[in-house]
Amino acid sequence: MIYKETGQYKSSYKSDHAIFPLLQDKIAFSTLMFVAFLIIPFVINSYWEKAILVPFLIFSLAAIGLNILTGYCGQVSLGTGGFMAVGAFSTYKIMTYFPDMNIMIIILISGLITAAVGIIFGLPSLRIKGFYLAVATLASQFFLVWLFNKVPWFYNYSDTGQITVSERTMFGIPVTGAEAPSYATYLFCLVLVVVLSFAAKNLIRSKMGRSWMAIRDMDIAAEIIGVPPLKTKLSAFAISSFYIGVAGALYFAVFLGAIEVTESFDIMTISFPVLFMIIIGGLGSMLGSFLGAAFVVTLPIGLKFLMVDMVGLSAVTAKHFEITIWGLLMIVFLIVEPHGLARLWSIAKEKLRRWPFPY
Amino acid sequence: MRIKQLLIGMTATVIAVSSYVEMAIADLKFPMLVYRTGAYAPNGIPNADGFVDYYKMINARDGGIGGEKIFHPECETGYKTQVGVECYEKNKKDAMVFQPMSTGITYQLIPKATADGVSIYSTGYGRTSAANGKVFKWVFNAPVTYWDGASIAVRHILKQNLGNIKGKKIALVYHNSAYGKEPIRTLETLAKKHGYKLMLLPVDHPGQEQKATWLKIRKARPNYVLMWGWGVMNQVAIKSAASIKFPMENFIGIWWSGSENDVLPAGQGAHGYKSLTFNAPGSNYQVHADIKKYVHDKGEASGDGSHFGTVLYNRGLFQAMVQVEAATVAQKIHGTSKITPAMYRDGFENINLTAKRLEELGFKDFAPPFKITCENHGGSGLAAVQQWDAKTKKWNMITEYMYGDSDVVQKLIAEDSSKYAAEQKIAERCN
Repeated sequence: MIYKETGQYKSSYKSDHAIFPLLQDKIAFSTLMFVAFLIIPFVINSYWEKAILVPFLIFSLAAIGLNILTGYCGQVSLGTGGFMAVGAFSTYKIMTYFPDMNIMIIILISGLITAAVGIIFGLPSLRIKGFYLAVATLASQFFLVWLFNKVPWFYNYSDTGQITVSERTMFGIPVTGAEAPSYATYLFCLVLVVVLSFAAKNLIRSKMGRSWMAIRDMDIAAEIIGVPPLKTKLSAFAISSFYIGVAGALYFAVFLGAIEVTESFDIMTISFPVLFMIIIGGLGSMLGSFLGAAFVVTLPIGLKFLMVDMVGLSAVTAKHFEITIWGLLMIVFLIVEPHGLARLWSIAKEKLRRWPFPY
Repeated sequence: MRIKQLLIGMTATVIAVSSYVEMAIADLKFPMLVYRTGAYAPNGIPNADGFVDYYKMINARDGGIGGEKIFHPECETGYKTQVGVECYEKNKKDAMVFQPMSTGITYQLIPKATADGVSIYSTGYGRTSAANGKVFKWVFNAPVTYWDGASIAVRHILKQNLGNIKGKKIALVYHNSAYGKEPIRTLETLAKKHGYKLMLLPVDHPGQEQKATWLKIRKARPNYVLMWGWGVMNQVAIKSAASIKFPMENFIGIWWSGSENDVLPAGQGAHGYKSLTFNAPGSNYQVHADIKKYVHDKGEASGDGSHFGTVLYNRGLFQAMVQVEAATVAQKIHGTSKITPAMYRDGFENINLTAKRLEELGFKDFAPPFKITCENHGGSGLAAVQQWDAKTKKWNMITEYMYGDSDVVQKLIAEDSSKYAAEQKIAERCN
C-alpha cells in the first residue's frame, strides 16, 4: 500500500520512459537530493567528509564505471586501480603544466585521457573473454602502476615518487588542498557524481547501452543481429574508463591530496574493493553501484565504531574481528543474495507494494 | 521478515553513528596510529607496545604530565594511508601530536595537520626536508633524518676503507615507496663526491619477493649493500643475503631494518649484519626499571609484554619520551598544565634534551642529546652502527654516534623544502 502504483497512468512516451516513473520514487529521489545538496553541506564536519561522504561519492563513481563495463557489457576487469591511477596522474601533470586551468576542466580532461588508455587496454577484449580477459586487465593494473612508479616524468622528478596536489578553487572557494572546507569538497564531488550518474543512466537506456547488454547476454547472437562487437566493446571500455578516471582524479586531488602510486592504487586497495562493490551492490544496476560503495566504505568504519567506541574492544582485536566479519559477510552475501543489495531493494519494493497483505 | 530486521538494524546503526559525540576529555590526548595487523605488524607491535608502556608508566609514576593524565587512544591503520586519514580525522580534535609510523601517512598528514594546527612527530622517518623548521612549522623529525642516515652509512664505509671508496660498488636495496626512495638522491650526490658506483634495487610491497634482487647482487657482486626495508621485507632480505653467502659485515640497514625480528629468522646466517641506530639496545636503563615496577609487575603490560627491551620497543620508549618532554616544556613555557595543541607545538620547538635531562628522565646513555630549534626540526643528526651477534642473540654498538655529511644533506634539505614552500605558498619563519 505504501508503494502503490495504482492510479498512476502514463499517457505519453515521455512519462513512460522517465527514469523515475512512479511518484513515490520521484518524491524519494527529490528528498534525497534536497538533503544531499541543501542540508548535509551545512552540517558536515571534516570527519564525515574525509572518512565517509567523499570516499563514498568517489567510490560510487568508480563502481558506476566498473558496472558499465562488467555489469552491463559483461567484460570482467581487474584494472580499476590502474585506470584510477591514470586519472590521478593526468590531473597532476595537467595541474602542474597549466596552473591557471579550472579544476573541473582538468578533472574532465583526465577522464578523457583515461578513456583513451582504456580503449588501448580494451583491445584484447575483442579476442578474449571471461577469466582470460580478467587476467589481461590484471596486466594493465600492474603495468600502469609500474609505469607511474618507474618513469620520473609522471611525478615531476620528485625524490620520493609522491605526487602532491596544490590548491585550486571553484568560485573562489578552495576545493583541493588542505585548506579546502568540508562542504566545498563534498559539494564538488556531489555535483560531479550526480551529473555523471544521470549521464550514465541515460546512456544505459540508449542504443549504446542496449547493445552493451546484447553483447553481455550473448555476443554471437548480438553480432548476428547487427551489433558491432568492436565498437560496442571499445565504447564500453572508453566510457567505463572515463568514469574510473574521474574517480581517480577526485581520489587524488580532492580526497587524499598526496598519493604514492604503489600504495594508493594497489590491487588490494582499489581493484578488488571496487569489484566487491558492484558484486555486493548488484551487477548491472545503478542503484547497486551506490549501495555497494556505501556498504564497502562504511562497513569497516561502522564495525570499528561499534566495537571500539561502543563496546570498548581494543583497536587490534576489533581489526581482527573486522577482517573476519568482512570475509564472512562476503560469503553470506553471495549465498543469500547473489544479485546484490539492489535486488534486496527491489524485493523490498515488492513487499511494500502489497503491504500489509502478505499476498 | 528478513527485510524488516535488516531495516531495523540499519536504522539502529544510523542512529548510533549519528548520535556519536566526541567525549570531552580533560586529559592530554596523544592519539596513536598503530599497526598490529598486516604485513608490517612484526615491526609495528613492539613499537606500539613501547609507546603504551611509557605512557602508562608516566601516568602511574608521576600521575601524568604535570598532573594531567595522558590519554592515548589507539587507532589501527594496518599501514594503509586511507585508514590513516580516517584515524587522523577521528582523533585530531584536541590532539597534541600524531606519530604516523609510516612515511606514506606522514606525507598525507603534513598539509592536513598544518592546516588544522596539530603537530606531527615523525621520529627519524617521513619527509626529510621537514627538518627545515622555517618551512614546516608543525612537523618534527628529530633526532636524525634518512639523508643523515644515508651519509652516515657511507661515512662508516669510508672509515673502513681508510677514506677511499673510489670505484667501489654500493647497492641500495629499498622498499619501493616514498620511504625507500628517500635516500636515493643523497646517495647519488655522495657517489659523485666519493666516486663509488651506486646500484638501485627496488623491492615491491610487501617485500616477500626478492629472488631477482639477490640474483642481481650475486651477479654484480657489490662491495656493500645498504637497505631501506620495513616489515617482512627485512627478514627476507637478510635471509636471502645469508643464502647467497654475502659477507654480512658489508650489509648495512637503516634504523628501521635492524631489530631482533629482522635477524632472528636467518639464524646464524645473520651473524655480523649491521644496522644504524639512534638509540641503544638492551633493557638495563632506569626507564626500564620504572616500567617494570609501575606497569609490567602490575600485569598491565601492553600486548603480551614479550618485546620488553627489544630495539623497536626501546625506540617506542624514546619516541614517547620526546613527545612527553615536549608537553613538559610547553607547560613550563606557558605556565599552565592545561596546554593546547598550539602551546604543545611551542614546547616541541624548545625541546633541549641534554645529557643531564636524559639522565633525569631515566634515559642515561640511551641516546645522544639533541635539541630542537625554530630553524632546525631535525635534531642532532647523530646515529651509530650496531652489529648483530647471532651467538648471544644481541645487538652490540660498534661505533660512536657520528654525524652525517652535513654539507650535502643541508643543501638538499634547503633545496627540497624551498621547492615545497614555493608549491604550497608558504612564507619562511624564524627570521
